[in-house]
Amino acid sequence: MDLSNLLVIVVGSILINNFVLMRFLGICPYIGVSKKLSSAVGMGMAVIFVMTLASLASYLIYYYLLAPETNFWGVDLTFLRTIAFILVIASLVQFVEMVIQKLAPALYQALGIFLPLITTNCAVLGVAVLNIDEQYNLIESLVNAIAAGIGFTLALVLMAGIRERLELADIPKPLQGVPIAFLMAGLMAIAFLGFSGLSVG
Amino acid sequence: MSVSTEFSKGLIKENPVLRLALGLCPALAVSSSVNNAIGMGVSATFVLIMSNLLVSLIRSWVPTKIRIPVYIVIIATFVTIVEMVMAAYQPALFRSLGIFVPLIVVNCIILGRAEAFASKNGPFMSIVDALGMGTGFTLALVIIASLREVLGNGTWYGITITPGSFEPVLLMMLAPGAFITMGLVLGLLNWMDKRKADALQQEALEKAGFGKTAIAGEGK
Repeated sequence: MDLSNLLVIVVGSILINNFVLMRFLGICPYIGVSKKLSSAVGMGMAVIFVMTLASLASYLIYYYLLAPETNFWGVDLTFLRTIAFILVIASLVQFVEMVIQKLAPALYQALGIFLPLITTNCAVLGVAVLNIDEQYNLIESLVNAIAAGIGFTLALVLMAGIRERLELADIPKPLQGVPIAFLMAGLMAIAFLGFSGLSVG
Repeated sequence: MSVSTEFSKGLIKENPVLRLALGLCPALAVSSSVNNAIGMGVSATFVLIMSNLLVSLIRSWVPTKIRIPVYIVIIATFVTIVEMVMAAYQPALFRSLGIFVPLIVVNCIILGRAEAFASKNGPFMSIVDALGMGTGFTLALVIIASLREVLGNGTWYGITITPGSFEPVLLMMLAPGAFITMGLVLGLLNWMDKRKADALQQEALEKAGFGKTAIAGEGK
């Protein structure tokens, strides 16, 4: 385990293969929750949190229950991956919501309304599936999840900042709202394309 | 509601991607070629039909409190079937769609139709609704993919259609092209809507006898 490998994952997930702008994961919250900066930050934090937990849970489930080489019963159950992961994520989100509500009401106030939305955020299931496809080990999976969450938050916060200013701009009527958000995302994606020239490690 | 209106509402009026802004992730991610778009559209339509049918059949037995997990398990089951069939018979397509095949599970169109339609209507109507919505989803994907593939690669469904002097715009095949195409298509639809609404309003005014004076007033 060397650190440069982890650095490659971090830079890759935040900038080069940004989850929103390059991999097209989590577009719905990206367009839906990016109208205000404060809610964008809240959503981003909630996603980082859930992604990390979901990666941990899906890693344990995949390698100890499903994969034939490493699980307890030596039977190939990998075809259950999609069902197992989505159930884990859905129940995890419910569980996290209940725990936060009980233990940290202040945090619940801030993140509460975003948690139910996260179940259908494809970025969370996406990071769990990608970790398995890329054959990351546990540490790499967790680092990848946190980096993916940071990448998502970065794109979301940048977008919210731009959209708050767009409120005051004179935009052609048919492009107001969602269409201009997509055009902005396109311009941001062009900027992020520049990172693909970056060589790390 | 009649069968034909249930079917056709998903095509244009309530097109899931272009009107309701659902299922945007796959719409952007797999629209770099028409072939991928059709593959994704057909897979999602299959899952949509089967899940709508099953949800509709068991709708009176499922307690409302646990209905969402039940729907998710049903959807995930059919997605797994699609995954296995596609990996076996269409391995090239399976590879190019990548993680977006398992991600059909979180396509909000499917859970959305289960919750909004199939849980309240009979099996036949639910299938019609799923067919309409699925076709609308496929149609939206194919429209976006056509624009991107022709401009970005000079081909449509793999067939070269532009003259040799045409220089493909590589950007359209890359991530930014997807966002820009989607934004422009949505903008165009809004513009067409507005023109239609204006024309209707003008017609109504003329019917009420205001037409000529209104136009004359504007002229001054």
